[in-house]
Amino acid sequence: MGKTIAEKILSNKSGQDVKANDIVVANLDFVMGQDGTSPLAIQAFREMQAARVFDPSRIAMVIDHSSPSPLEGVSELHRQMRVFAREQDINFYDIGEGVCHQLVPEQGHVGPGDLVIGADSHTCTYGAINTFSTGVGSTDLAAGLISGKLWFKVPETIKFILNGKLPKGVYSKDLILYLIGDVTADGATYLAAEYTGEAINDLSVEARFTISNMAIEMGAKAGLMEADQKTLEWVKQHSKKEFQPVKADADAVYAMIKEYDVSKLEPQIAKPHTVDNVAPLRAVAGTPIQQGVIGTCTNGRIEDLRIAASILKGKKVHRDSRLIVAASSRQVMLQAMREGLIEIIMEAGGVMVTPGCGPCVGTHNGVPSDGENVISTANRNFKGRMGNNKAFIYLGSPATVAASVINARITDPREYI
Amino acid sequence: MDLKGYVHKFSDDVNTDYIISGRHKFKTLDMKELAKYVMEDLDPEFYSKVISGDFIVAGRNFGCGSSREQAPLAIINANISAVIAKSFARIFYRNCINTGLPLIECDTDQIDEGDELEVDLQQGVLHNLSKGIDITITPLPAVMLKILSDGGLVEHFKKYGSFNFD
Repeated sequence: MGKTIAEKILSNKSGQDVKANDIVVANLDFVMGQDGTSPLAIQAFREMQAARVFDPSRIAMVIDHSSPSPLEGVSELHRQMRVFAREQDINFYDIGEGVCHQLVPEQGHVGPGDLVIGADSHTCTYGAINTFSTGVGSTDLAAGLISGKLWFKVPETIKFILNGKLPKGVYSKDLILYLIGDVTADGATYLAAEYTGEAINDLSVEARFTISNMAIEMGAKAGLMEADQKTLEWVKQHSKKEFQPVKADADAVYAMIKEYDVSKLEPQIAKPHTVDNVAPLRAVAGTPIQQGVIGTCTNGRIEDLRIAASILKGKKVHRDSRLIVAASSRQVMLQAMREGLIEIIMEAGGVMVTPGCGPCVGTHNGVPSDGENVISTANRNFKGRMGNNKAFIYLGSPATVAASVINARITDPREYI
Repeated sequence: MDLKGYVHKFSDDVNTDYIISGRHKFKTLDMKELAKYVMEDLDPEFYSKVISGDFIVAGRNFGCGSSREQAPLAIINANISAVIAKSFARIFYRNCINTGLPLIECDTDQIDEGDELEVDLQQGVLHNLSKGIDITITPLPAVMLKILSDGGLVEHFKKYGSFNFD
């Protein structure tokens, strides 16, 4: 009987021939924490009476969620992370380096065939480069820091076959929103997702990260893709490590197979207050928008900024609206500066904030007021997510956000392309 | 372990942002302080209504969203004895086992706000005392029972120095 990508990676890393629903203890290739989860993990690390991490080169901590610190309480937690990082000599990314899920692959820490945990639910992002990566909490992170291991229940897999080519003005963000709307917020709970087909093959590696990033929004443990030539080239540009790409067997057994033709897909919007509350953009076109956000671990990459700038060029953000932009890393921001994208965004009236999570999680950088509508490229629109439970968050692609702030209304980006 | 208390009922898809909002959780590691804000965005009075030992009862996919372990820790510190739901999101599920918050997976359609429940985790039975009915609960896998019985993952590591399920 054949194996899925998840079964193969967990077999390789546990040294056993495992299949779905087995429980294994497996070796981790990389372990990551951010500033919302690392301080608790450091506390657990001390309580577990550990002296040293298992391998400093295989660990990173990132300050991205509240960065730079907006409050003295946060400053103290950041200080604890800096002290721990120096003491343990781990990879450490301080304020302004970027979002953890951009940095971990960009800095070459992970690649095809790896097993990775991160104390952040969007750790599933690296599935786009054939990494079995999954989110955990702080105590699991502490256990990983100490032992370089974690226990896993080998997940069954739901396979998405995506046929056809995405139309112009429709992006990987629209595609993943559509899939989440279709399978719902718990449609893949306890499962790994595999994404395959012509539509995935056509996407750049950057655009694929957007899809894997949001696997958790359907409850999935991982959002996996096979490594093709594009993946291998991308990984080679970013990392000197050797990797072992893993393909699913032709006779692998799946919990479910879902097949779609994407060639007629329209721009999609997730409406307040759940990510699976998805509709075609035209159903909400014209909804007033007071704030637009472009960035986050979902859509803050150079391609996203290029798409947004191409729409904003020579235009102005409407006076009834605002635009906040956060590049997903220092490297991305520097590249955007070299390409003149930052100039275009700022000439249009956009506001650049520190590379990092930006206003996504409600800690800083643009909390909306009561009753305001926000359109964001982020991955969550829960009530209160951006720091105000009386605001309304819509999710869309970078093109949709750029087009919408020009009109201060939800706008189909195809009008500008 | 017998648990007894009253029900606070919630719907499907209660996410960890609702359990403890990002605007509070980044500020402090003081879980007693964070506990005051548990469920605030769904019910601002929630913390003040809880009597020690009460249950949170919900529908499907409880604890979806972010990986924040502050969610189970804040629930524990709000003196909730267990969370009962039809299903749980997987990161939240792990976090509960690791921090020692009992989770009970069962059909919750016959449990209403204010019902009095008694749960026998060993026997795997939930008694709805208000309605006079018993509800069967899904047993936990051995690995999770081992971590729970050691008192959580910190205590497991203190005891063994690493994972030990033999």
